[in-house]
Amino acid sequence: MCDQTFLANVFGSCDKCFKQRALRPVFKKSQQLSYCSTCAEIMATEALHENETLASLKSEAESLKGKLEEERAKLHDVELHQVAERVEALGQFVMKTRRTLKGHGNKVLCMDWCKDKRRIVSSSQDGKVIVWDSFTTNKEHAVTMPCTWVMACAYAPSGCAIACGGLDNKCSVYPLTFDKNENMAAKKKSVAMHTNYLSACSFTNSDMQILTASGDGTCALWDVESGQLLQSFHGHGADVLCLDLAPSETGNTFVSGGCDKKAMVWDMRSGQCVQAFETHESDINSVRYYPSGDAFASGSDDATCRLYDLRADREVAIYSKESIIFGASSVDFSLSGRLLFAGYNDYTINVWDVLKGSRVSILFGHENRVSTLRVSPDGTAFCSGSWDHTLRVWA
Amino acid sequence: MAAGPAPPPGRPRAQMPHLRKMERVVVSMQDPDQGVKMRSQRLLVTVIPHAVTGGDVVQWLTQKFCISEEEARHLGAVLVQHGYIYPLRDPRSLVLRPDETPYRFQTPYFWTSTLWPAAELDYAIYLAKKNIRKQGTLVDYEKECYDRLHTKINHAWDLVLMQAREQLRAAKQRRKGDRLVIACQEQTYWLVNRPPPGAPSVLEQSPGRGSCAASRVHMTKRADFYKQEIEYCRRALGRTRVKSSVCLEAYLSFCGQRGPHDPLVSGCLPSNPWISDDDAYWVMNAPTVVAPTKLRVERWGFSFRELLEDPVGRAHFMDFLGKEFSGENLSFWEACEELRYGAQAQVPTLVDAVYQQFLAPGAARWVNIDSRTMERTLEGLRQPHRYILDDAQLHIYMLMKKDSYPRFLKSDMYKGLLAEAGIPLETKKRVFPFSRRPRHSSPSPALLPTPVEPTAAGGPGGGDGVA
Repeated sequence: MCDQTFLANVFGSCDKCFKQRALRPVFKKSQQLSYCSTCAEIMATEALHENETLASLKSEAESLKGKLEEERAKLHDVELHQVAERVEALGQFVMKTRRTLKGHGNKVLCMDWCKDKRRIVSSSQDGKVIVWDSFTTNKEHAVTMPCTWVMACAYAPSGCAIACGGLDNKCSVYPLTFDKNENMAAKKKSVAMHTNYLSACSFTNSDMQILTASGDGTCALWDVESGQLLQSFHGHGADVLCLDLAPSETGNTFVSGGCDKKAMVWDMRSGQCVQAFETHESDINSVRYYPSGDAFASGSDDATCRLYDLRADREVAIYSKESIIFGASSVDFSLSGRLLFAGYNDYTINVWDVLKGSRVSILFGHENRVSTLRVSPDGTAFCSGSWDHTLRVWA
Repeated sequence: MAAGPAPPPGRPRAQMPHLRKMERVVVSMQDPDQGVKMRSQRLLVTVIPHAVTGGDVVQWLTQKFCISEEEARHLGAVLVQHGYIYPLRDPRSLVLRPDETPYRFQTPYFWTSTLWPAAELDYAIYLAKKNIRKQGTLVDYEKECYDRLHTKINHAWDLVLMQAREQLRAAKQRRKGDRLVIACQEQTYWLVNRPPPGAPSVLEQSPGRGSCAASRVHMTKRADFYKQEIEYCRRALGRTRVKSSVCLEAYLSFCGQRGPHDPLVSGCLPSNPWISDDDAYWVMNAPTVVAPTKLRVERWGFSFRELLEDPVGRAHFMDFLGKEFSGENLSFWEACEELRYGAQAQVPTLVDAVYQQFLAPGAARWVNIDSRTMERTLEGLRQPHRYILDDAQLHIYMLMKKDSYPRFLKSDMYKGLLAEAGIPLETKKRVFPFSRRPRHSSPSPALLPTPVEPTAAGGPGGGDGVA
């Protein structure tokens, strides 16, 4: 007896062309259908085409990026440290902790200065947001958020409100009140809604608009009064971790950095990405504009800080040292842009000479990683917040 | 509070690049020629080979990276904290002592990045071994963990005990020196991965970073992501760029110009409030002060933006424009700013107010915009949105910047202000440096009454001279 397997043919109407044919089982997006052989072949070639399209798109994108790099390189005729050779070297810097703010019960994640140059708002992992007069080290307000890991906080330009958010995926605005009878949480306004954690927030030129960045890969501009979304910014391929508004005359752009190693400059009006830079080797934790608005610095997990020029459209300096192994979590410029302060995950703060590219000073003091760092509005000091539950003001 | 959510399995090196770098440092420290001097260390009756002293580690780091001793000690401490180097004598505390204290390099098997994340089962076996070997050597928190694990993986407890006994039996067959070393290595690994309460966990990460890997993969696979990139590249290829030399020179001149105005670079007079505890500097430079300092008046000459951002400067400029009968330009610009940054609900009202006051034919403060811009603006006013006045605003801004501003700087008014402005005297050093000046508090901006109605000629954000 011979061993023969018979293929059982199912006859019926094809799920695609509805003609009466011999059918074959076919899987489309994990759903089982029955196609006739002709339709099955067509589907196979379509799938092939789709993959080809994706692959060809990817290669087209890569080649264009390569061309872009070539164009950028053409106008690069000199390095920053070469130009800076004739600049006088900075003297020795003695910067000390002038104030230590203790009061948070857990890791300090974010802080921001008030325009009055002495008050700050800080947020921590246990959900507490505290407003301090850091000159006297007095606490003035405290709010407990309903979520933990409040990763973003900002002071309103008028000094009358603060914004904060984190794992609750929202950005809420709290008007500051000294009325003992009023509970600050009662007047809270929920402004932004994202689909993942809030990583950064900032008021624009007034108390009435907030710009947010989120782990859902987008940035968004909101109207505080109504909570309306005014503009959203899509383009990052992963979580957006930081943002900074440009100090320009026409005040229309901001820069954001994310886990996709890209720093992107956006037009707030149109929502379009105007410029993008992708030279970091790891997540970008912090971006900050140079005071003139023509450049910005970024700090990343790859242990480097980099300076990108917007007019030259390229990276123009890298601030790194072999002995610096841990990622930079936050960066800020001094008032003149000559110094770059960067807080690192190895508990230190490094001070860089922006023009010469060398490290001017290293500051010890924190007992856990430095998570946030901002220079005061008049440049007299800078404040650093750390996972060791404290904030320090240095000058 | 307990540590954040457990890190995702796989690719720890990619997510924590500092681990790879630390490993490279540690490997080069063990280089037979260029590395740290190795010696044999006598511990009680055993001799442990390949030990190094804390002092040698610090010295090697100082020389290799050309850093100060303080920094080298810090770097060394960080390496020990992450378990890449462990102390032989006092294995409980992962601290680097820069003296004759002996240390050893952790075996790559136990590196943070290799065996990660630490498995509960392994921890249970480790604690069980400790418990069996010498009853009662488990420290408090270890006892708690042991009990908790016992409840949690009760079903596998026989396996745990069996494994523990097996490992202890196998260990007995090794030389005493090896046994000691392996015990230290294991202990270090667990100190890093399960730190005692109160000690910072070096492996803790911010929440959400774990999702990076997943979302990154997800987002890049979509076709429209690439299409967006292609479109961006095409646009970018067409943009004009400036030569690097020009851009970089601009930094030099900016930093040079602003250097004397930067308190952290050049100090500030009378004194830096944070250093001297005296807030005189802030009082003298308050937003609306009658007599601005010389540096402040100088800054108004740096750029038009600097002048406008300073309330005192802006007020003087407004006076100047008033003399030239072009004050409506600045008022118009301020009204446009208010529109752009104002509440969404206010947009139609504000647009209308601006139109009535500045743009309507025969308006009280009519601004002179070129006809094309005026046409476009009036056209757009039919469907007002917050950016509708951008063109007109930019036109007026440029007019002021290119025309009125340079005249202001050359004017007698400005020259007079510059001459009048004083340079504060440096605060005399305190006789008794250890006595602290009382630090004055200042009223919170949240206490100041907010203005009732935002006028078109108001300052930024509708406030007036906010402290």
